[in-house]
Amino acid sequence: MPFALTEQRERELDDILTRYPTKMAACIPALHLCQDQNGWVSEDVIMYVSTRLDLPPSHVKGVVTFYTLFNQEPVGKHQVWVCRTLPCALRGGLDVLHQCEKKLGIKPGETTADGMVTLRTAECLASCGTAPMMQVDKAYYENLTSERVDEILARLKEA
Amino acid sequence: MIRKTDFLTRTYDKPEGWTLPVYERLGGYQAVKKALGMTRDEVVNEAKKANVRGRGGAGFPMGVKWSFMKPHPTKPAYLAINADEGEPGTHKDRTIMEQNPHAVIEGCIIGCYGIGAHVASIYVRDELHLSKKRLWDAIKEARAKGYLGKRPFGKDYPVEVYVHTGAGAYICGEETSMLNSLEGKRGEPRLKPPFPAQAGAFGCPTTVNNLETIAIVPTVFGMGGEEFSKLSTLHGINDGGARLFGVNGHVKKPQIIELAVGVTMNELIYDIGGGVLGDKKILCAIPGGSSTPVLRPEEVVNVTDEKSPLFQWNGKSVFDVPLGVDTMRGVGTMLGTCCVTVLAEGTCPVLAMQNLMQFYHHESCGQCTPCREGSAWLDRTLQKILDGQASMADLDALGDIANNIMGNTICAFGEGTAMPALGFLRKFRKEFEQYVRGEKKGSEARLTVQ
Repeated sequence: MPFALTEQRERELDDILTRYPTKMAACIPALHLCQDQNGWVSEDVIMYVSTRLDLPPSHVKGVVTFYTLFNQEPVGKHQVWVCRTLPCALRGGLDVLHQCEKKLGIKPGETTADGMVTLRTAECLASCGTAPMMQVDKAYYENLTSERVDEILARLKEA
Repeated sequence: MIRKTDFLTRTYDKPEGWTLPVYERLGGYQAVKKALGMTRDEVVNEAKKANVRGRGGAGFPMGVKWSFMKPHPTKPAYLAINADEGEPGTHKDRTIMEQNPHAVIEGCIIGCYGIGAHVASIYVRDELHLSKKRLWDAIKEARAKGYLGKRPFGKDYPVEVYVHTGAGAYICGEETSMLNSLEGKRGEPRLKPPFPAQAGAFGCPTTVNNLETIAIVPTVFGMGGEEFSKLSTLHGINDGGARLFGVNGHVKKPQIIELAVGVTMNELIYDIGGGVLGDKKILCAIPGGSSTPVLRPEEVVNVTDEKSPLFQWNGKSVFDVPLGVDTMRGVGTMLGTCCVTVLAEGTCPVLAMQNLMQFYHHESCGQCTPCREGSAWLDRTLQKILDGQASMADLDALGDIANNIMGNTICAFGEGTAMPALGFLRKFRKEFEQYVRGEKKGSEARLTVQ
């Protein structure tokens, strides 16, 4: 079945379109809405955004492939990003990453076999003053300790 | 000299400090009334007097930038606020968005009026979900009060503010890349000229200001531009006022703090940051984001020209020079975003550089060959050095690669990669050679303090 946004998200997209002089400007916000609903940007999503905003599919695909936050394939129910960049690495960010790899039994870029968690590395997430840090879905977890990482991961596996 | 101020941070510790009632109780939305009572030229002149150097990293004077905006006969003007905070080591804008979003909104109203725009778009990186929410909530509160909309504070000058989000691309912090992203395109930088003031967002005249820059605008108009500038000990060299300073990495108390301009690196690390972890010595520090070349405490100012603004610090450590846009340029680096990353003795500079070059390799937009290929090549060669597989020729190639990126790309990302690379290579040559000669092993290199 072709992709379509829910009625509420359609209204949100209508509102977004009032903010810009062109339909193209709504491309990234529209893709975010679609990904929130679908979990990833499929070919159907690209066709939907392209039709809805009167853009060539190639344009939409070009945008999708440029930005790292658009998932080009299905991902786990939860997404874990561990910051690997220097300010976090100075305070143990890479230990956090290794702990996640071990606990989840996967490498960055992979998803657990039960489909619950996708692990990724992130580049600087503007939390250098509260390093090390990780992002789980839409929430930041900062000043991480090994115990805290265990707690967060344990909770993810349940819900 | 350390002088604490709280223009931006006064709401930080207050319960619900991000809401409109608290902001107003602490004196918010007064300066905008004063500004809207002035003519546009007066607003721009006042902004110039404040000597606000752009807080995004380049340090361009805000008032001068505003003065580039000329009314276009047919096209509207835009204000675009850069909150794509992603420069490694930078963690300041996020605190403002989360804890004082109304300063941003008030600054946007004044900024729009000053440059002749009716719409401000705040470009926030997508990961900052709380920041986006706080900004949207603030916009809604301000709209409900009539501060945004058709007649802000009774003035017949409509202003709307929107939040626009990116989707994970460091390069979108580059202003023309950000404008492309705002237009719904791939975030690839544009050639300049035309500059944004001539043809920016949607081909219209646009001013791009960093988020902290626009957030300090209400303070400038509240106290007067010149008064604001004089807070700084570097007022005499046009680097005025107060700003957010960050300190992170190997310090005991990493944080963001607001201070008058004039503080030194040593003061920031020891008096604010509580000193180095484990009371170790400082190996080096990155002054303001990973694109700014690293400084070592042993470096001394060597300026013999009496007319130079740096002359008074001649012979002193660069860590005792006040952190300013031109003072840091004078000692061969950049102030950048003014958030210092500290590396303690025992940290491996080769591994640190490799970590950063991996970042640039990942974030290069791929548009220009020297940057796309060069950043990957730097990353690979550094890995080879750490793996003990490199020759002296490989080590020398690093400098050649960096020099061939420099100046050969559309945007400053190229310099942002090459300058810190050359800094590490020049200042830590001995350590690089030790790896090549097999005296050190990459498997034993570390970035944390033991």
